[in-house]
Amino acid sequence: MTPLPVSIAAAVASFLLLVVVFELIRSRRLRERYALLWLLTGVVLLSLSLWRDGLNTIAGWFGVQTYPPAILGATGALFILVVLLHYSTVISRLSDQNTILAQRLALLEQELREGNAA
Amino acid sequence: MAELAAAPVAPAEHQVLAQLAELKRLAIVPAFNEEVSVGRVIDEIRAFDPGFEIAVVDDGSTDRTAGVADDRGAHVIRLPFNLGIGGAMQTGYRYAFEHGYDVAVQVDGDGQHDPSQLARILKPVLDGEADLVVGSRFSGGGPYRSTVARRVGIRIFAGVVSAVVRQRVTDTTSGFRAVNRKGIALFAADYPHDYPEVEATVMCVKHKLRLREVPVEMRERSGGRSSITALRSIYYMTKVLLAIFVGLFRRYAVPVEEEHHR
Repeated sequence: MTPLPVSIAAAVASFLLLVVVFELIRSRRLRERYALLWLLTGVVLLSLSLWRDGLNTIAGWFGVQTYPPAILGATGALFILVVLLHYSTVISRLSDQNTILAQRLALLEQELREGNAA
Repeated sequence: MAELAAAPVAPAEHQVLAQLAELKRLAIVPAFNEEVSVGRVIDEIRAFDPGFEIAVVDDGSTDRTAGVADDRGAHVIRLPFNLGIGGAMQTGYRYAFEHGYDVAVQVDGDGQHDPSQLARILKPVLDGEADLVVGSRFSGGGPYRSTVARRVGIRIFAGVVSAVVRQRVTDTTSGFRAVNRKGIALFAADYPHDYPEVEATVMCVKHKLRLREVPVEMRERSGGRSSITALRSIYYMTKVLLAIFVGLFRRYAVPVEEEHHR
């Protein structure tokens, strides 16, 4: 069985994550689009922390008998991986767009210079 | 609420056109790969009122959308890559704001909006009764065919938005809209991302702009594909509902009456 202090600590931590993400969206420092994965992470971790029987059951499925909270850690790690992978795709798209912007700007400047010279 | 019933079925079009004649007016046409339909949309807007200037915002199309629009003498704003409908629309509103337009209408480049019905959405703006007018498919207009999932989504949004803005709203996703200078200024400064219509409606009311819905009939899309596919709709619903929910906890500035014209 999961020790109660572990459940409490995990629940508080995931709740804090949700609060921080909410506040970041509200103050417009985080777009909804990029907040969804974090919110999902917070909700799943919070549910697993509060639903202690469920955590034991899931630990059983994976043959984790000694220490069920390991599942909490594993779930957290999995979500962090997904978020990171998602950000890698976002960064790739941003850098593609950045290239296009730089090219458009350079072409515009060239056009302006030659237009002024003429 | 009672406003819907009071909306004129056949507004006096000549009166609207007379009122329009004194105003600097812009039709914003967002288009993403709409070479098949964008030309007709431009022609139809001019058929309604030749005095409308038309800004086609080409949202990174890979077809001849910009070329077709350019051939017809529209102002073509080509985005260097696809920004999504939100970013494209805001580009149009920035253009409208910076060039001092008094009224702006949104007409989709895919041909689903019928420019001959522009008088309906323009009338409340011109009469000074509303700052944003949305043409609704569901408030007494003609039949509209759609999938069950879409209908459910539309119903949910209508319920949520009506509750938030404390006014009956039937069609939150309609992009057939008209705004006055106040609306142009607000949308130029701040416009939602991704799927903007629902949030823009809410935002408008939060900023104390007057919203009005009028019935319109829409057509089947004549070109392109809907930007909302089955897989994306869950993301779409979640994202928009989250944005509305978080928006409840934001403070909104009431925009100043009138700013400089350029």
